[in-house]
Amino acid sequence: MSPHVHSGDSVSKNMRWVIIAMLPAMLWSFYAFGMGAVIVTAVSVASCVFFEWAINKYILKNDKCTVCDLSAVVTGILLAFNLPSNLPLYIIIIGALFAIGVVKMTFGGLGCNLFNPALAARVFLLISFPVKMTVFPEVGQMTAYADAVTAATPMANLADTSLLDLFLGNVGGSLGEVSALCLLLGLVILLASRTITWHIPVSILVTVFALTGLLHIAYPVEVATPWHHLFGGGLMLGAIFMATDYVTSPMTPKGQLIYGFCIGFLTVAIRVFGAYPEGMSFAILIMNAFVPLINNACKPKRFAKEVKK
Amino acid sequence: MKTFRIGGVHPSENKLSAGKKIEPMALPKQAVFPLSQHIGAPAVPCVAKGDMVKVGTKIADAGGFVSAAIFSSVSGKVAKIDSVIDASGYRKPAIFIDVVGDEWEESIDRSEELVTKCDLKPEEIVAKIKDAGVVGMGGACFPTHVKLTPPPGSKAECVIINAVECEPYLTADHSLMLEKPEQILMGVSLLMKAVNVTVGYIAIENNKPDAIALMTEKAKNFPGIQVVPLKVKYPQGGEKQLIDAVIGRQVPAPPAIPIAVGAVVQNVGTAYAVYEAVIKNKPLFERIVTVTGKSLANPSNFLTRMGTPMSQLIEAAGGMPEDTGKIIGGGPMMGKALLNAEVPICKGSSGVLLMSEKESLRGEEQNCMRCAKCVAACPMGLEPYLLAKLGEYADWERAEKEDIMTCIECGCCTFTCPSNRPLLDWVRLCKNTVGGIIRERNMKK
Amino acid sequence: MNTILVAVIALGVTALVLAGVLFVVSKQFAVEEDPRVGQVAEVLPQANCGGCGYPGCAGFADACVKAGSLDGLLCPVGGQAVMTKVADILGLSADAAEPKVAVVRCNGTCEHRPRTAVYDGAVSCKIAHATGCGETGCAFGCLGCGDCVAACKFDAIRMNPTTGLPEVDAEKCTACGACVKACPRMIIELRNKGKNGRRMVVLCVNKDKGAITRKACEVGCIGCGKCQKVCPFDAITIANNLAYIDYEKCKLCRKCEDECPQHSIVAVNFPPRKPKPAATEAPKTAPAAEAKSAAKAPETTETPSTQTAPSTPNTQKS
Repeated sequence: MSPHVHSGDSVSKNMRWVIIAMLPAMLWSFYAFGMGAVIVTAVSVASCVFFEWAINKYILKNDKCTVCDLSAVVTGILLAFNLPSNLPLYIIIIGALFAIGVVKMTFGGLGCNLFNPALAARVFLLISFPVKMTVFPEVGQMTAYADAVTAATPMANLADTSLLDLFLGNVGGSLGEVSALCLLLGLVILLASRTITWHIPVSILVTVFALTGLLHIAYPVEVATPWHHLFGGGLMLGAIFMATDYVTSPMTPKGQLIYGFCIGFLTVAIRVFGAYPEGMSFAILIMNAFVPLINNACKPKRFAKEVKK
Repeated sequence: MKTFRIGGVHPSENKLSAGKKIEPMALPKQAVFPLSQHIGAPAVPCVAKGDMVKVGTKIADAGGFVSAAIFSSVSGKVAKIDSVIDASGYRKPAIFIDVVGDEWEESIDRSEELVTKCDLKPEEIVAKIKDAGVVGMGGACFPTHVKLTPPPGSKAECVIINAVECEPYLTADHSLMLEKPEQILMGVSLLMKAVNVTVGYIAIENNKPDAIALMTEKAKNFPGIQVVPLKVKYPQGGEKQLIDAVIGRQVPAPPAIPIAVGAVVQNVGTAYAVYEAVIKNKPLFERIVTVTGKSLANPSNFLTRMGTPMSQLIEAAGGMPEDTGKIIGGGPMMGKALLNAEVPICKGSSGVLLMSEKESLRGEEQNCMRCAKCVAACPMGLEPYLLAKLGEYADWERAEKEDIMTCIECGCCTFTCPSNRPLLDWVRLCKNTVGGIIRERNMKK
Repeated sequence: MNTILVAVIALGVTALVLAGVLFVVSKQFAVEEDPRVGQVAEVLPQANCGGCGYPGCAGFADACVKAGSLDGLLCPVGGQAVMTKVADILGLSADAAEPKVAVVRCNGTCEHRPRTAVYDGAVSCKIAHATGCGETGCAFGCLGCGDCVAACKFDAIRMNPTTGLPEVDAEKCTACGACVKACPRMIIELRNKGKNGRRMVVLCVNKDKGAITRKACEVGCIGCGKCQKVCPFDAITIANNLAYIDYEKCKLCRKCEDECPQHSIVAVNFPPRKPKPAATEAPKTAPAAEAKSAAKAPETTETPSTQTAPSTPNTQKS
């Protein structure tokens, strides 16, 4: 059966690149939050891998080694990125169980899940343990900034925070989201290794920048500058690592642009008008649900044919 | 530099036998000629057991308009008309000829002299091509005279010669261009004359700079012929991709054919065969075959008589390596794995590739993670992941709506899939089934 | 206290209103249907396998009621028992139909039919079929990818990993014909179950000439015609180098089994044969059903109904 050669690309290779791309942000979190970050990351990854292995072996009775594809490791790191560094360990384990057990494996494992496991787990934990999930430790030079997920006047705080600190990561927040610089470095790695295409991250960031820019001009006091929105909170993390998750994003460039635009729009809507100060996770999850629809509506440009619909 | 617009992949080229001289292959003891060496109706044998034939004697008539005659490549005695396992893996009827001596038909001009004049009329050229059993030498084996007879209402504007040889490993066309550039150019002129056009393009991928330089140099003496270097990308040798790359027009979905955009595409090997058939009266009974493989001692390009068993070629190239896992007729992207090495060389056999077990092993199939790399790679703008699923679930109606019939089976999707999914296997099944349903529907109408 | 009361009343009122709506709608938009269709559907197995040729059991029930006679209508799953019930409801008579069973007509086990190639395409017989001979030298025999197993809704057909062939569990098989349709090589056939499950089958569908067949498979039918000559009931026909036993005519005399030089003809579910001189002629297949199922299980394609059914290894191929 032709073809008889293969590109040599594999699931684990792609996942390895994602992990490599996450390293800068991870190392920064270790530096900024110290031991707490290391423990949270380690527990999260270990429990994700354990649940993946256990469920696969004892519940699905599948001989194939799905841990080897490293997707559980990626989920674990992403989950850790979304947690504060002083979170009790049992909550992390519950989160990992939810991510792997409920969101991923019940749908049939890698490739079959509708929602991004790490993100769904974060939202699950956010709703289940609202206080613990939104109290961030003060480490190093962190200002009194509470991450966007705290209920206390985040926007006012956001506007007061120095842009440079936001960019570099000298602020509080959950593990992975603080340093926009490290995340952008990750984006460069992902693009350079051809793991993802530019469509989703760029469309999200541009949309958020444009919308918040317009709003800032209209309401300069209530709405922080677009730069603050771009670098603050989980936007970068979401745009680069969460929304670009293969499984839960559309298949065609056009679909990806629509998806990115909608996420950006929803994020701004939730951030500025909604009750929650942080909208990224919800925006991505909502758009995850629309991905099958987008896939149906946006077909790639067929050879010698006008684009359908 | 030009190339086609949608999708495509870059398999490692592995042109091991590039630059090797074309060596003539020794005659086989027995030559085998399957009756279906081309697309269309099988040929009808016109010899019987015990008949004596010469090199170039017609042994089977064309079985219809879309069909081609078959000529003996050896002199000797017809041993039997039986069946043989051909490249498809099925047992097909074939003529077996025991080789005695090497006596050629007198009508064949065996001199090496280059003739660049031809006073024949277009119809006469087409008739000669038809009478010589010439088919597309790229692998699909579509009878050439059919392509040169545009259906009423359509007009050819240019002839495009496919010399891209985008399949990894294969170098048959490359070596032919290096050794017979003038004959090829003359063949192109004949093809242009046959379809009444004044423009001819020879498309060569830029991984063959020597061929590009040589052909460009020689083409100066042939009016209207232009060499077009193309960026390396698979499947550039696909007819539709090639037209898109060279003249920037896209052939609509089937049943439309290239003539709809004014293009007639012929393989470079076909152009050479046309030269030989028209000028030298030599029917198609030999061709260049690349025998290659990473473990093979001596990858080569052989001028081989049709009907020679592949095992003889492998032997001449240094013998079958011990770690051989697959014998492939054709290139690694679109070739077929053969059941044994006794399969005879046919008109469309561009190469024999020996892959080691390690190289040919498919990786373990994993879940589709919807990375969309197959969508990005598909040169026809299809969604292979979806089509494969539809094939698996037997949803033929939906598959038809998703344009499955435009698939060219190039294999880019399977090649690129990180989860090692056999996408093309399913797509092919789906395409064949849907094709059958459509034919049935058309019959009813 | 008050809130609870309010809530209860509110919910109660809502429930009442909606119940009223439902009642009205169900009366207003009720669909007139022959009540017998429902009755017939009730006695059907509700497997919705489509083996009868109608879209599911409801479709079959509808067809039965409308037809006026049960000629040509048969629920292969429920068999005679169900058809009798249907006939009772409709006041008709049901034809007596012999129970049938799916038979895999290939005995090309790994032992009998050497693997000459490796198939590495997608695990589907339909796709493997396109490659011609598949993994062996036989272009007609079982490909072993398990399309029939996937098609079976009754878990009655399973791959045997030692033989590489599917085995039919005659107890579970309902003769719905799904596997027959699934097999791209037309190997599976529905045949009469026979008395006590006994039947004579040519376990081969190879139409190649004898010499080619013999090369590909030790037990392939070469179409020599010996069985045809020996058959006293004209039950055997030879076409395209292949023998076929008409199960309607076969009287299970087993003469052909002894005669077959290739041992392509196999007797299923017969009691052990008493040793007699003729047995030397066919040493391989002469040992009868029981011995076969016990000692030579890997060599038979068909699982004799009851003996080995419980011990069939759980090897469903996905």
